[in-house]
Amino acid sequence: MADQEENEISVEQKIEIAKWFLLNSPPGEIQYVAKDVKAILGDDEVYESAASEAFPLYNKAHLISLQFPNRSGDVLITSFGEINVNEYLDPRTAQVAKVDHIKQVCKSVRPATDEELPSSYVEEYRCAVEAELSRYVGEAYPKGICSVFCTSGKDVEDAGSDFTLVVVISAARHSPQNFCNGSWRSTWTIEFKDDLQVVEVTGRVQVGAHYFEEGNVQLDAKHECKDSTIIQAADDCAISLTNIIRHHETEYLTSLQASYSNLPDTTFKDLRRKLPVTRTLFPWHNTVQFALTKDITKELGIGK
Amino acid sequence: MDAALGLMRRIPPKHIDTALSALLSLLPHHSSDLLSQVDQPLQVLSDIECGKEFILCEYNRDADSYRSPWSNKYHPPLEDGPYPSSDLRKLEIEANDVFAVYCDQYYEGGISSVYMWEDENEGFVACFLIKKDGSKSGHGRRGYLQEGAWDAIHVVEVGPDENGTSHYCLTSTVMLSLTTNNESSGSFNLSGSIRRQMTMDLAVAEGHLHNMGKMIEELEGKLRNSLEQVYFGKTKEMVCTLRPPAELLQMRFPDNRDV
Repeated sequence: MADQEENEISVEQKIEIAKWFLLNSPPGEIQYVAKDVKAILGDDEVYESAASEAFPLYNKAHLISLQFPNRSGDVLITSFGEINVNEYLDPRTAQVAKVDHIKQVCKSVRPATDEELPSSYVEEYRCAVEAELSRYVGEAYPKGICSVFCTSGKDVEDAGSDFTLVVVISAARHSPQNFCNGSWRSTWTIEFKDDLQVVEVTGRVQVGAHYFEEGNVQLDAKHECKDSTIIQAADDCAISLTNIIRHHETEYLTSLQASYSNLPDTTFKDLRRKLPVTRTLFPWHNTVQFALTKDITKELGIGK
Repeated sequence: MDAALGLMRRIPPKHIDTALSALLSLLPHHSSDLLSQVDQPLQVLSDIECGKEFILCEYNRDADSYRSPWSNKYHPPLEDGPYPSSDLRKLEIEANDVFAVYCDQYYEGGISSVYMWEDENEGFVACFLIKKDGSKSGHGRRGYLQEGAWDAIHVVEVGPDENGTSHYCLTSTVMLSLTTNNESSGSFNLSGSIRRQMTMDLAVAEGHLHNMGKMIEELEGKLRNSLEQVYFGKTKEMVCTLRPPAELLQMRFPDNRDV
């Protein structure tokens, strides 16, 4: 593979291509893709270079969860909890995990420093939302993990300033033996606006599924929505925010199901009918009929 | 090569073109294998002389020119490209006419092309192609699809006449993508590709076109049903496994105050 040909592409181009394949791996499949990419490249250095850039991006985009080595739970890998490219904060247990992106494991864990955590004022809200949210996620998602991060205003000491929380819900199902993988990722940005005494909520949900037994079929669905509520005490806010999230996510699931039920009679039919309008199979035998059919189709203007 | 084909089964189907060019630049030695084993979404050219469009594929290509099934000429013109024999060309013309009607009946629009060429075993190979754009702006009759594409490639190898029967081997590939986009439910995209084979020994007296046509119709129907029920169905199942619908939850926790 390391021939010196005139039309051989540059090392930088190879790295870009390898990164592209890795980043576009379906949920739960990056290790399989990595194996294939490594084999095709035939050059470990190029692969390592691409992997070290692609894996962190993939892991953060897919909101993957890794287990703490001390069995104290899971940490979500997201851009919101990123301390640096290899360290991620878990606000629930106030720990920071050091991770190996390429192996997708948590190598070590340490307690978070005070600077890395929000103020006690913000933490009251963050913690209340997380508690209420965990109840919801536990009921709605058989295998869901959630975290609440403070992404701005974490040092706010008192009412009078704005701060922003981000809710992340990540649920993944990997069944490679059944040739099926999928993931549900929700990100809810919650902005507490002090002057208006209002909380603005913006949600982004992304659902993906991949079925690949003797084929390759993928679902890619995205949704965005907005809502708002008033600022109240931490516990009351937590309840109304969780209700907002529950309401929108349930509605979205319903609309996904509706999109699927519409397939047979509407959307899919626009691509190819199950049978012609005549409701019979095509008459391949009769060439005379073809000449006739062609004339009729021309007359009725159905032809191209 | 195995690794390359493995990658093609994992990459999102809407990125097939990009993935294939990437693989071609990484594996220049394998370009003919890749091009023949990996199906790409079909491209179309206009045959201005005949006022019709035709589909481009490896089977009507020579160098950078493509042969139109309507005029039997290469676009852009070629000095000495390969052509089917005059007998085979007659069959090819009839096939194009008949297949165009089949295409209309099932696809209510769309473009079709058929190409035939002699092979080394005294038989011939025929390639039936269909390209349908079902989006609102294309030929989508019902206007539901923001984006919708169906590409079908059917390659039939026909063996020589042996005591009145021929051996037919059909390989069918369907590639499709459909996207709906609206305010309340965001964007929803299902896309994929599947390929199947079917072989039969049939009486030559029925006519090659009849035999090939019947096989194509049957296999295409099977692929369509399989896509709709199995493939799309499995992705739907996965979504409901990730987050079961509220009714199921309520059944399990009847006293749940939240739901």
